[in-house]
Amino acid sequence: MPQVRERKDDSIRFILNDSEVALSDVAPTATLLDYLRLECRLTGTKEGCAEGDCGACTVLVGRLAGEKLVYESINACIRFVGSLHATHVVTVEHLAARDGTLHPVQQAMVDFHGSQCGFCTPGFVMSLYGLWLSNDDPSRADIEKALQGNLCRCTGYEPIVKAAEAAASARPSAIFDPITAVRDETIARLRALQPAKTITIRHGEHCLIVPADTPGLATALAEHEGATVVAGSTDVGLWVTKQMRPINPVIFINGIAELQQITESETGLTIGAGVSYSAAFAALSKAYPAFGRLIDRIGGEQVRNMGTIGGNIANGSPIGDSPPPLIVLGATLTLRSTEGTRTLPLEDFFIAYGKQDRKTGEFVESIFVPKLPADDLFAAYKISKRRDEDISALLGAFRISIEDGRVRSARIAFGGMAGTPKRAASVEAALIGKPWTEETVRTAQGAFETDYQPLSDWRATSTYRMLAAKNLLIRFFLESSGEAAQLHRFEPAI
Amino acid sequence: MDKSTFEERKAINGQMHSRQRHDSAHKHVAGTADYIDDMPEPAGTLHGALGMTDRAHAEITEMDLSAVIAAPGVICVLTARDMPHSNDISPSHLHDEPVLADGIVQFHGQPAFAVIAETRDIARRAARLAKISYRDLPHFTDITDAVAHGGQLVTQPLTLQRGDAEAELEKAPRRLRGQMRIGGQEHFYLEGHIALAIPGEDDEVTVWSSTQHPSEIQHMVSHVLGVPSNAVTVNVRRMGGGFGGKETQGNQFAALAAVAAKKLNRAVKFRPDRDEDMTATGKRHDFLVDYDVGFDDDGRIHAVHANYAARCGYSSDLSGPVTDRALFHADSSYFYPHVKLTSQPLKTNTVSNTAYRGFGGPQGMVGGERMIEEIAYALGKDPLEIRKLNFYGETGSGRDITPYHQHVEDNIIARVVAELEADADYQARRKAIIDFNRTSRVIRKGIALTPVKFGISFTLTAFNQAGALVHVYQDGSIHLNHGGTEMGQGLYVKVAQVIADSFQVDLDRVRITATTTGKVPNTSATAASSGTDLNGMAAFDAARQIKERLVAFACERWQTTAENVSFVPDHVKIGEERVAFPEFIKLAYMARVQLSAAGFYKTPKIHWDRATGRGTPFYYFAYGASVSEVSIDTLTGEYMVDRVDVLHDVGRSLNPAIDLGQIEGGFVQGMGWLTTEELWWDDKGRLRTHAPSTYKIPLASDRPKIFNVKLAEWAENAEKTIGRSKAVGEPPFMLPISVLEALSMAVASVADYRECPRLDAPATPERVLMAVERLRQTR
Repeated sequence: MPQVRERKDDSIRFILNDSEVALSDVAPTATLLDYLRLECRLTGTKEGCAEGDCGACTVLVGRLAGEKLVYESINACIRFVGSLHATHVVTVEHLAARDGTLHPVQQAMVDFHGSQCGFCTPGFVMSLYGLWLSNDDPSRADIEKALQGNLCRCTGYEPIVKAAEAAASARPSAIFDPITAVRDETIARLRALQPAKTITIRHGEHCLIVPADTPGLATALAEHEGATVVAGSTDVGLWVTKQMRPINPVIFINGIAELQQITESETGLTIGAGVSYSAAFAALSKAYPAFGRLIDRIGGEQVRNMGTIGGNIANGSPIGDSPPPLIVLGATLTLRSTEGTRTLPLEDFFIAYGKQDRKTGEFVESIFVPKLPADDLFAAYKISKRRDEDISALLGAFRISIEDGRVRSARIAFGGMAGTPKRAASVEAALIGKPWTEETVRTAQGAFETDYQPLSDWRATSTYRMLAAKNLLIRFFLESSGEAAQLHRFEPAI
Repeated sequence: MDKSTFEERKAINGQMHSRQRHDSAHKHVAGTADYIDDMPEPAGTLHGALGMTDRAHAEITEMDLSAVIAAPGVICVLTARDMPHSNDISPSHLHDEPVLADGIVQFHGQPAFAVIAETRDIARRAARLAKISYRDLPHFTDITDAVAHGGQLVTQPLTLQRGDAEAELEKAPRRLRGQMRIGGQEHFYLEGHIALAIPGEDDEVTVWSSTQHPSEIQHMVSHVLGVPSNAVTVNVRRMGGGFGGKETQGNQFAALAAVAAKKLNRAVKFRPDRDEDMTATGKRHDFLVDYDVGFDDDGRIHAVHANYAARCGYSSDLSGPVTDRALFHADSSYFYPHVKLTSQPLKTNTVSNTAYRGFGGPQGMVGGERMIEEIAYALGKDPLEIRKLNFYGETGSGRDITPYHQHVEDNIIARVVAELEADADYQARRKAIIDFNRTSRVIRKGIALTPVKFGISFTLTAFNQAGALVHVYQDGSIHLNHGGTEMGQGLYVKVAQVIADSFQVDLDRVRITATTTGKVPNTSATAASSGTDLNGMAAFDAARQIKERLVAFACERWQTTAENVSFVPDHVKIGEERVAFPEFIKLAYMARVQLSAAGFYKTPKIHWDRATGRGTPFYYFAYGASVSEVSIDTLTGEYMVDRVDVLHDVGRSLNPAIDLGQIEGGFVQGMGWLTTEELWWDDKGRLRTHAPSTYKIPLASDRPKIFNVKLAEWAENAEKTIGRSKAVGEPPFMLPISVLEALSMAVASVADYRECPRLDAPATPERVLMAVERLRQTR
């Protein structure tokens, strides 16, 4: 058993707006939102839902990604203070110039009547600011995507979208931007804060651990049996704010650079378990365009900036959006512990509802996604009550190869149809070897009844899930034959 | 005196009928607009949390709160017995709504106790430590169940009747019966409920409450505490949205905070978590409408008989006036020669439903528009043709009388619809859509044009009164207060424009102050779209009084007559002399002129006799119309709103920027109600859609892809309202009925438009797909 290293001087250090903060006594469950509002009296950031769905608590978090300093919108309500080490937290109070002159995104919101009750407004301002920093010519699709995680109940959004367009074009060279003005200095400050070794903070009976690297993570897991591993906290955040579940001890892994790597090889993509949806988007959309379109519909921008593909897999949700496409793509998972690593096919990881093949002391290290052969047909379709920022009623992923007009191989997997993400073995069998025709597809539809017995809940009835699953196979066929069988708000970029 | 130093200004900044930004816009975007939870807390503030039950209907046999009390940081626990005077906060005065459940649980989640602790987190955690034992009682949560179990009502139903509907239905050449389910709606104000009570000396208490109805909070707090109303002061500067959800539903939190504050002599704050807020506070009523309509081969309606059954929840709350208003709007914009409408406000074991923008009116109208759709599909005609045929006629046409015997005197619906039909190119687009649907296999489109006619006034006549308090200080700055509350709708700036305009001073000379029962008493809820109509007029009256005194003063001092005194931009003009406003005010003060006035207004003309179902409940009507175009995916039921065109009547707009925002926002909110917003209870009676993760209001990417909204520039209120404007809060909410009907048309295309799809609301992707399947099977 390795010795427990506990240092009294350990602290979580980050920059808040323009001052540096060092916190040596932090509860592992302390949220950034409560810290801002209750400790710092920065009350511009609001609590609307405390579950990362409404965006009223949106702030930007800057972090070093290699040489670059990137700022991303996140939900302060479900972001833990313990996960902020070596970051720059920017709140709405930081935007206006000292003399009170509003930032262009704020001014545009005023000019276009983008606020009514005003409660969601600081969150919108921060999301728009995140967009403003990263994109100086956003399309309507870009704007809507940036606002997927922000709910407004008053305006109907039209003036907010117009404000976003106006702000993008309003970039007078002389304007003061609080982030741009000190970018180099911030990089230096954050670099100085990078931890060399594991940070351990004890708060009463509670313990918060921030490993600096993967060996440190393996050690921490070995030392703290049953520890909660937190990457994006888009799920664990709710255990705390909604269920008030104990999660002690907690290991925050979002700062581990090794887990944030995406490597492309001849054979495929290796995605570190700590890679956020946002960070994975470019690589995944390039290799598997349908996957990219799906990622755009997972959570809102803030959740995609926080949530990780590794976490989406590790928590084993039956409605996780990334497992079905990853399963049909033949992804494998690498798990690590102090004992070493092991690799298994992703579909074998999900044993039953709430049960995964993860042993004590193991963590998900990376996901390998093989290259898609050029001739393979691949699609992923998400069905939800609301198109964006909703949890799937069902999600189907399809991959088929055709040879001489016949189905040579078929891999189909669904989320929302069973207790785990699950292959449609009977449907696959009903397709393989058959000519790729509508008749084959219509015949194979019946096999869904063998593969799945979906539940009824608030997202959909079992009848609808079954019918829609069957129809998604038709959609896949029709699209493979070039027929329009899906609605797009904007033509797909890819 | 100043005669020429200033160049004469043509206009002030902020006059009536000008585009003005929301008075707090700058603070909203800077994060400096304070909501109650943002205010600095008094030293020693304690925090409350609700102790919620987990049965839909049960007797509480034992409530063991020992672990709750023992939790470190917990100061005290309140139960029904701890209410000093009364455990009753029934806004209907039917004594059916306890602050805390006393012995009987009537809906899943009903609070039975409250924890007061050092921090909110401690209070919330401790609340979960209670051990409550129950003896289960049968529960029923939906309308069908309630009817099957005897159909107990929470309040008196209403019947509206004119002519002989039964006989005329028999005689009508054609007749159709049907049923429609219309779902409820969660308000989802972004700021949840909150109350902060600060104890004062003697029996006094001050409550900051996120409420649309400060006077009612005052009455409820005084009633629960057993102190006179003059001991309770209720304040609200702004709310983060209300939409009706804060008309009565803040009572519980305010009462609990006040009771705890007085008991402990410390400030106490209650801020429920979003899930608790959605579970423990009421929503829009869902309805089951049974209709029977007789018509002829042209589509002209002869008679209508309809019943509107509503899920009211366990208590009456506002269900009486809500179900009444459903009947008042069951006619939509149409003349029913013979009509009988009945309401059925059903008791269910769910949270008591309450006010929500439109207040039953939207559900009434959706039912009315469904009948039009039925007739159109039965006759193979465009529903718009049926609509035009049945619109209320001109005064004196014999087709201008409503089911409640009020004459429609200000009817402009035909003009609104005709202009919109032309502007939006409705006919050509409908034809193109029918052509598209002929060849498109999976994707189908639909288009619909629906009208809005909404009655303005509280149907309880006494509520149609308002007060305002205006002070002019010696430096010429003006302090404005009135009984209306600001929830984002722009009421404060509109009323401030009235004052600026009256005195002819710039808007920034007028300070808008928090609504408080201490300055303007006996106010009505800011509801029923009436905020500007009532408070604008009351403020106008206060300004008039002060101006009259100022004119009298000027006449005396300058030895002239009133017609020679006028208020011009930033000045008062006496004869040829112009005196700067602050200077003039200083002179008036020195001459001991009273520079403060309380204004008052009551709406004229209206009266209503509920027993006979006759009267003039509405001062006037607001009109509008919209065209919506949608696409659906017939494989999954998914859809998109491709384009919406709106033409809406706000009379002479006091502030076109604010009014446009109300229309766009109301449209999207109404669209959410009719499409993706679905409330879902499980078999235990638990609301499972109790957070934004499960309850889906529209996003930016759901708003109409093309969204053209126009005010009817030519419109002017026929009645003498403030600036001849019209109310704008609720009427636009019903514009998106065209979205529902356009979805319906897209569905109907799979059976060649020969059958009415009878699409229920909300039209989730599931309901759309199931309607497609149903039609395919009957084809």
